Amino acid sequence: MSGIEIEGLNVWFGEYEERVDAVKSANLSVPKGGSFGLVGESGSGKSTILRAIMGLAPTWSGKIDILGRAVEKPRSRDFYRAVQMVFQDPYASLHPRHSVDQVLSETLSLHGFSDIDKRISQLLDDVGLGPSFRFRYPHQLSGGQRQRVAIARALAPEPKILLLDEPTSALDVSVQAEILNLLTDLRAEHKLTYLMVSHDLAVVGHICQDIAVMQLGEIVETLSVEDMRAMKTTHHYTKHLLESSLQSAAG
Amino acid sequence: MSLSDTPKAGLRAWLLTDTPTSRRHARAASLYQAWLSLKGNHMAMLGLGILIFLVVIAALASVLAPSDPFIQDLSLRLTPPIWQADRDPGIEGYILGSDSLGRDILSRLLYGSRITLYIVTLVALMAPIVGLLVGTIAGYTGGWIDIILMRITDIFLAFPRLILALAFVATLGAGIENAVLAISLTAWPPYARIARAETLTIRNSDYIHAVRLQGAGPMRIITKHIWPLCISSLVVRVTLDMAGIILAAAGLGFLGLGAQPPSPEWGAMISEGRKFILDHWWVATMPGLAIFTVSLAFNLLGDGLRDVLDPKDGSQ
Repeated sequence: MSGIEIEGLNVWFGEYEERVDAVKSANLSVPKGGSFGLVGESGSGKSTILRAIMGLAPTWSGKIDILGRAVEKPRSRDFYRAVQMVFQDPYASLHPRHSVDQVLSETLSLHGFSDIDKRISQLLDDVGLGPSFRFRYPHQLSGGQRQRVAIARALAPEPKILLLDEPTSALDVSVQAEILNLLTDLRAEHKLTYLMVSHDLAVVGHICQDIAVMQLGEIVETLSVEDMRAMKTTHHYTKHLLESSLQSAAG
Repeated sequence: MSLSDTPKAGLRAWLLTDTPTSRRHARAASLYQAWLSLKGNHMAMLGLGILIFLVVIAALASVLAPSDPFIQDLSLRLTPPIWQADRDPGIEGYILGSDSLGRDILSRLLYGSRITLYIVTLVALMAPIVGLLVGTIAGYTGGWIDIILMRITDIFLAFPRLILALAFVATLGAGIENAVLAISLTAWPPYARIARAETLTIRNSDYIHAVRLQGAGPMRIITKHIWPLCISSLVVRVTLDMAGIILAAAGLGFLGLGAQPPSPEWGAMISEGRKFILDHWWVATMPGLAIFTVSLAFNLLGDGLRDVLDPKDGSQ
């Protein structure tokens, strides 16, 4: 069974003359338990695909299947229990007036869990935050700690699929590595399926098995990470992307 | 001093900790930090002091007032304040003089503070809550609901405030309750505007998306996630508007449409003193000074609260 199956997905903003096509007939398939990366430059529609899956993009057409079932409009609570998302900027994704405890307990109670106290300690432990962080407010946390809280919130309903929207791009390099290792560990531990967006090929290579390259709203090529490392590409844009990535790594 | 310092330092450390240990602890710590930054603002503390003084005076008016605010003594009408009195001081004690019916102005001011507080409290309870409801619902839902609610707001905003209040009072009848109602009805639209503007900036933020992804409905998002962020800017705006509200109430009183004689409402007192303002300045000046002081106090406090409560600073 596949985790995420997308066929002919179109996402657009605005209507008539103002219509902007953000994603054009995208196809992708992530096996259950797999880890898939979407790469491309800014504005190529990577994040929009995630938002369309989560129901945050207003207008879309095509087929989105999650765990073998087509998504509902609007998404049901069962859907949100199976699929969760981690946002790009941990400085914007936590409510400034809610403590870590409030964020997690609200999430847990919305999903109908009863043993909230125990689960909060467990979640904080899972993401590598001690119990001393439980009653802090976001302004008392660093960027990496905030992102850990955001990951804990996404893990709270025990999802099968986690969508990661450039989860490390707002963090500095040393913290990036910590968060990436955490994500790798969590995937092994909870048997999660990842769909990850990034513009950083090194990050995607670290986490994912397969990648899709996007350009101007279209998926131009899908290849495995091994092929990517071996530079076995067919599309010139992928080649260009890989070369520029190598150059910036060397420089 | 040294004895009481030790437990205080312990409590201070408990309140200033970066690692609170319970929900209540976290809330107490963040309140204490807000209090500390308000305490650092001397002008705001002056405003707060004046307002606490006003509340104490209103509560103790019957004890503090040297005489009954309604008792008339026409033989002693328009007595000047004590420091201007020609006759021997100490014979007759009108500290701030007497008005045209020989009533003690000081006592009337003290009792009048109750009316002022009553008006201020009722308006502060009604107008911002209506504004918050209208503004956040309009801002969050958007579409037709937004258009209808905001056009109603525009209609209310298009009238000059005092004129609209006058029209309400004229239809409802003169009196202090109707004056409060009229002022509230004219005071809510700016709050609705502020709340809507705040909601529009919050609505598309990632933390609202994140809670939507947990399956939260619009009611929960508006009341639990948007209100806490709107309330601080409303509180600031309310304190800054308080001066205007007191002046509007005084204006209605002055025009004879608010508090009715012999009620010692400050605006009505100025209105009575107007006839004698050239020869007997104190009759209108004393309540005028009282209104000025309280308005200033609210403004100072509002200014300080803005520095403390601004959510843009708090999120940094």
